[in-house]
Amino acid sequence: MSDVLGAWGVPLAVCAGAIRVSTPFIFVSLGECITERSGRVNLGLEGTLVMGAMVGYGTSYLSGSPWLGVLGAGLVGVLLGAVHGFLCGRPRVNDVAVGIGLMLFGSGLAFFLGKPLIQPTAPRLPAIPFGFWSHTSQVEDALRVNVLFILGVLLAPAVSFALRRTRWGLIVRTVGESAEAARAMGYDVNRVRTLATMAGGFLAGVGGSFLSLFYPGSWNEGLSSGQGLMAVALVIFARWSPVRCLYASLLFGGASALGPALQAVGVSKGYYLFNAAPYALTLLIMILSSSATRVSADQPAELTVAR
Amino acid sequence: MSQASPVPSSPAGAIPKAATPQAPGLVGVSWVKKLEPVLISLLAVLVAMLLFGGFLALDGLNPMAVYEEMFRGAFGTWFSFQNTLQRSAPLMLTALCTALPAQLGLVVIGGEGALVVGGVAAAVAGLAMHGSSSYLVLITMFLAGATAGGAWIGLVGALRAYRGVNETISSLLLAYIAIALMNHLVEGPLRDPLSLNKPATRHIGEANMLGPIPGLDVHWGLLYGVVACLLAYVLMKRTVFGFAAAMTGGNLRAALLSGLRVRRLLIFTCFLAGAAAGTAGMVEVAAVHGRANASLVAGYGYAGILVAFVARQNPLGVIPVALLVGGISASGGLLQRNFNLPDASVNVLQGILFMVILASETLYGRLDVWRFARRAAAAESVGSVA
Repeated sequence: MSDVLGAWGVPLAVCAGAIRVSTPFIFVSLGECITERSGRVNLGLEGTLVMGAMVGYGTSYLSGSPWLGVLGAGLVGVLLGAVHGFLCGRPRVNDVAVGIGLMLFGSGLAFFLGKPLIQPTAPRLPAIPFGFWSHTSQVEDALRVNVLFILGVLLAPAVSFALRRTRWGLIVRTVGESAEAARAMGYDVNRVRTLATMAGGFLAGVGGSFLSLFYPGSWNEGLSSGQGLMAVALVIFARWSPVRCLYASLLFGGASALGPALQAVGVSKGYYLFNAAPYALTLLIMILSSSATRVSADQPAELTVAR
Repeated sequence: MSQASPVPSSPAGAIPKAATPQAPGLVGVSWVKKLEPVLISLLAVLVAMLLFGGFLALDGLNPMAVYEEMFRGAFGTWFSFQNTLQRSAPLMLTALCTALPAQLGLVVIGGEGALVVGGVAAAVAGLAMHGSSSYLVLITMFLAGATAGGAWIGLVGALRAYRGVNETISSLLLAYIAIALMNHLVEGPLRDPLSLNKPATRHIGEANMLGPIPGLDVHWGLLYGVVACLLAYVLMKRTVFGFAAAMTGGNLRAALLSGLRVRRLLIFTCFLAGAAAGTAGMVEVAAVHGRANASLVAGYGYAGILVAFVARQNPLGVIPVALLVGGISASGGLLQRNFNLPDASVNVLQGILFMVILASETLYGRLDVWRFARRAAAAESVGSVA
């Protein structure tokens, strides 16, 4: 049907990509946002994402219910978050390094346990066909929106509200801004950070289940291409605001869809270069938004990664 | 941490030196300081093996049998040991890519990218020099690979120094960009029309390949790795440059106040780090594949991060740890064949090892024996001053 839309297929596919590809970004970045607001960085969310994808797929295959799969993915994320939180709670253990370790461990474990899952087909998550009014198959495809995407869009303002207006949010922010103040108020800093990391892990795991249960929609070892890590960069770009994380995720989703979209309309030259677009965009944004001499006012003061 | 600075001031995992405050000038306890990392690292390896053993047992396997087989596949026979040596060569070089910037307190994890860029540059240089004497070809390949890799990570350092861009994330993003760039080049402009299934550059020619070390079935790349580690050790522990780097990593403000050119130091160290990883790419092209293609993306860059952390960022420690990690990956094939374990089981073991090593960081200065020795020493020194 590409002749109907012609070159207009590209922006349409980019928008569709923004919706489809951005969903894992939304979840991982919101999760990382919560973790970083508590003053800790979890670089291991890449591993959590892959584990979530594997467990989600496996659970969905065994139980027949993709939603159980999403839950299972979230729970394994909680588990990995707890490991990160526990290790980083020991004195002199560096959270960035533990994150790198968790990234290797998570993907290794997922490939190990997920070996038997490459063949079978698991029930996938349903999508809502918002494009029913159109007779163009591309438009229909583009508007086939997954429920998780809608959940993610709703989650962003919810997390923002929770951080800003609730008691829990205040505690997390206090711990992230000044561990000493929080300690003086009687809060267990390590516990709050571990819980925040576990919450972040839950969201990252759910994001992973989207990969295996909706788009691309199968389990294999090349499923994630660094989305978990890009999400960490994205949180810095979004200056630790959940709502800005949502916008940034949409932008990234669009950038990721550029290569395949161009290929679909017959522009195959430089396909691999377009694949690098999201990474180059992330880097460019980081260059533009960082500064060697001052710290963004929105940055949690206890954070070490974005010094 | 309220001020922005070009270099992190408290990188707990990366700078091991500050971990154990020692009473100065006491010859009696210096051996304790020397032995502590070895003991704790061995303990951590043991704990990691126990954990992985439990994992295997859950899988219905006998951990002892698996470990025995792993040892056989890594060090047991002359053949397998040479395989291990062969694999550890690029690991030493990519580990330096993390270990060198770590002296300044930077966490660079993009060795894979520098390796890929170095490999492609080396292949291009080797093809351009086609027809020259093989020595000249290899020297050009080395220079091209090291320079390209150096520039790649040097860019990471420059972004850190001048724009405050977090080096961990930028180096990793650049790794993905490097792989995409390589795919683009070997699919397009540099493609050998004869490489059908796996796009690659043309072959550099058998005569120009980096051969085996005489008497061994191991290519010369191993020597590159060992020499690079030794040079890095001398540079970081025995020269003014290394002292300046350690000072910057230990206390940035003190370094700035004493007039060190921190930015230049940072960029140059990152350049050297990238040059090491780029050399790994050159070795892979010149000694193993003969051409640049997707085989360069074999995970040596990521395993190198593990090696650097397990060696506690000490360039000398990198050599034995690279042998250990190289041995683990060398035994992967055997495990697959004899126990029907997936190839990713090696990654699981590496991941567990990584995390246990990081967790063991907390033990420094806490083993009771050491604390006792130090207290006694401190009491003695106080006594002697009074």
